[in-house]
Amino acid sequence: MRLNGISLIALAGAFIVAIISVLTLTRPPVDVISTGDPGVGMQVLYNPHQVASALGINQAPPVLPAIDAGPASSTVYKNVQVLGNVSTGAFTRLMVSMTAWVAPQQGCTYCHVAGNFASDAKYTKVVARRMLQMTIATNVTYANHVGGVGVTCYTCHRGMNNPSQVWFTGVTPGSGTGLAETDMGKNLPAAAADGSSLPSDPFTPFLLNNDNIRVSGTTALPSGNRASIKNTDWTYALMMSYSQALGVSCEYCHNSRAFNSWHQSTPQRVTAFYAEAMLRDLNSNYMVPLTGVFPAELRGPTGDVAKIDCATCHQGVYEPLFGAKMAVLFPALEGVGTSAAPAVAMTPAPSDTGGSSLGNAPGAAMPAPMPSGSGTTP
Amino acid sequence: MPEYQNIFTRVQIRGPLHAGVPVAQGPWQREGQPFFSYLLGQLGNAQVGPFYLGTLGVLSLLSGFIAVEIIGLNMWASVHWSPILFIRDLPWLALEPPAPADGLRIPALNQGGWWLMAGFFLTTAMVLWFFRIYRRARQLGLGTHTAWAWASAIWLYFVLGFLRPLLMGSWGEAPPFGIFPHLDWTVAFSLRYGNLYYDPFHMLSIVFLYGSVLLFAMHAGTILAVSRFGGDKEVEQSVDRGTASERAALFWRWTMGFNATMESIHRWAWWFAVLTPLTGGIGILLTGTVVDDWFLWAVKHGVAPHYAALYGSVTDPAKGTQP
Repeated sequence: MRLNGISLIALAGAFIVAIISVLTLTRPPVDVISTGDPGVGMQVLYNPHQVASALGINQAPPVLPAIDAGPASSTVYKNVQVLGNVSTGAFTRLMVSMTAWVAPQQGCTYCHVAGNFASDAKYTKVVARRMLQMTIATNVTYANHVGGVGVTCYTCHRGMNNPSQVWFTGVTPGSGTGLAETDMGKNLPAAAADGSSLPSDPFTPFLLNNDNIRVSGTTALPSGNRASIKNTDWTYALMMSYSQALGVSCEYCHNSRAFNSWHQSTPQRVTAFYAEAMLRDLNSNYMVPLTGVFPAELRGPTGDVAKIDCATCHQGVYEPLFGAKMAVLFPALEGVGTSAAPAVAMTPAPSDTGGSSLGNAPGAAMPAPMPSGSGTTP
Repeated sequence: MPEYQNIFTRVQIRGPLHAGVPVAQGPWQREGQPFFSYLLGQLGNAQVGPFYLGTLGVLSLLSGFIAVEIIGLNMWASVHWSPILFIRDLPWLALEPPAPADGLRIPALNQGGWWLMAGFFLTTAMVLWFFRIYRRARQLGLGTHTAWAWASAIWLYFVLGFLRPLLMGSWGEAPPFGIFPHLDWTVAFSLRYGNLYYDPFHMLSIVFLYGSVLLFAMHAGTILAVSRFGGDKEVEQSVDRGTASERAALFWRWTMGFNATMESIHRWAWWFAVLTPLTGGIGILLTGTVVDDWFLWAVKHGVAPHYAALYGSVTDPAKGTQP
């Protein structure tokens, strides 16, 4: 066939469309799972390829057999500040497990000084102790979020010295000093918001500071809600980060007919709500105070410490490690036999509505499980 | 015999090049030597030019150029003047309106001042273009339908970028100039105001938009179907119906019992097109100014049903009560 001008234009057009499709679209198929009554349109979307790859990298590691024998570890070892009342058997088992979870290559001496394990000379030991307290506090204080799954060091570390999914504070919007408008904190491909042009650091305002996440109207007619479209951009970006971190679409928590309506939402939204106060607490009371302890190369561009968001534990899955119940196999990580009071006073950050703090939330009962399959709820 | 077989016009009718009727006396004349283009002839008329710029055309293009320059240079600056990043990230880049805290004040250039300036010049360009096509239509003795259709589009743009921000008391309410960012703005707008799909004027706008598409397909399909009988000579057939027009009319009477006329179908199409941005603009103007949550508004007025709790009793954990 002779290629004339029209055919060339058509070919070039088809080529461009193909390139854009391959680069931007998700390969089919998409599995649609109904989670509500017929007709309410509550459908969660999963891509089998993405689920398969998530399954591959989110398997719980083998766990050592349980031991709980011997005297309290503080009677045998020196400078045991957190796990003092834990039996030496359980203590040793946890130490060996922590090595496998966090420093399988370096071994004990990643944190401990060889010959003097009681020494706090290495910064990694100082961090590890604080992280141990953080893990215990998460399992004890935030059962309303972590539930029966709980967290261990492995939930975030996955056999690496530093968790791969962390965040650092980005540029302050509008901080550009040149004549042109730069550094708006948005309008560039944002990894945190699924590659969109939304704000690239939705974490600092909401998961470190306590800015208002709730922007939607709550009354039919105006009644004093001054949240702007720009505010909404930031909330939207935060929600995209949740969606990405959990590998779920909006309907996992929300009814997209009315995103803000609680009674049309799923119980998972309540679980996610509790995570917000938890993350503010963990970031501001555990991570930020450790800023000076970390060497500069582990800190962010502005010198801030690595911080936690949903992806740090979830890593693309709706429940970390697909809900493997690891924490319960390590009673010390759930607070059994550990010192009651952490070294730094725990002050849970208030909820995002600026109302009562979560510690005072009445009857923080675990929500009911997600209705299964296409089943109907009465 | 030549025939129409695809979206490209295979028949190129080329008479002698002509400049058209004389221009009324003025400082401007038509510019350029007309010529034939094979490729453009595949899409439409093969003769290109001459062009008429005129005072309004020159000013409009100049204003538009200034606006595009302001937007483009700010975008380029936001990737630190990297030509590669400018091209790669272009769909993500934008010129952002001022921060909400600035209200209706005029902020520093790099804090939204450029956005205000770009908006001013873009609006000026569009309004000048309105007067240009109005005046060109009058010069040719035409009606001014195209100009008013363009004015309807300007209305929607004006509501989004000027009138609504004015009523809300903040330039920050307006959309940014950018490809993805203005789409994100659209979603954020709907999220903030409780789902724009429940805004009746948004509903109307969608009706007219989809209706325009339907009418376009029906009309274009009809005319192409009867072009073998000379049905593409629509204008003559408005006053002197031939067999093509009669067959087209009969086709629709047989199909749905009623048919438009060669003239009325264009009124339908014009009004559907014009009403799309007109009603859309009203819907935007009401949002945030008199309605804060369209879903709740729709439930209140019986437009949407009140949905019972879908999963037992999920309540706002911050309140402990159902909202």
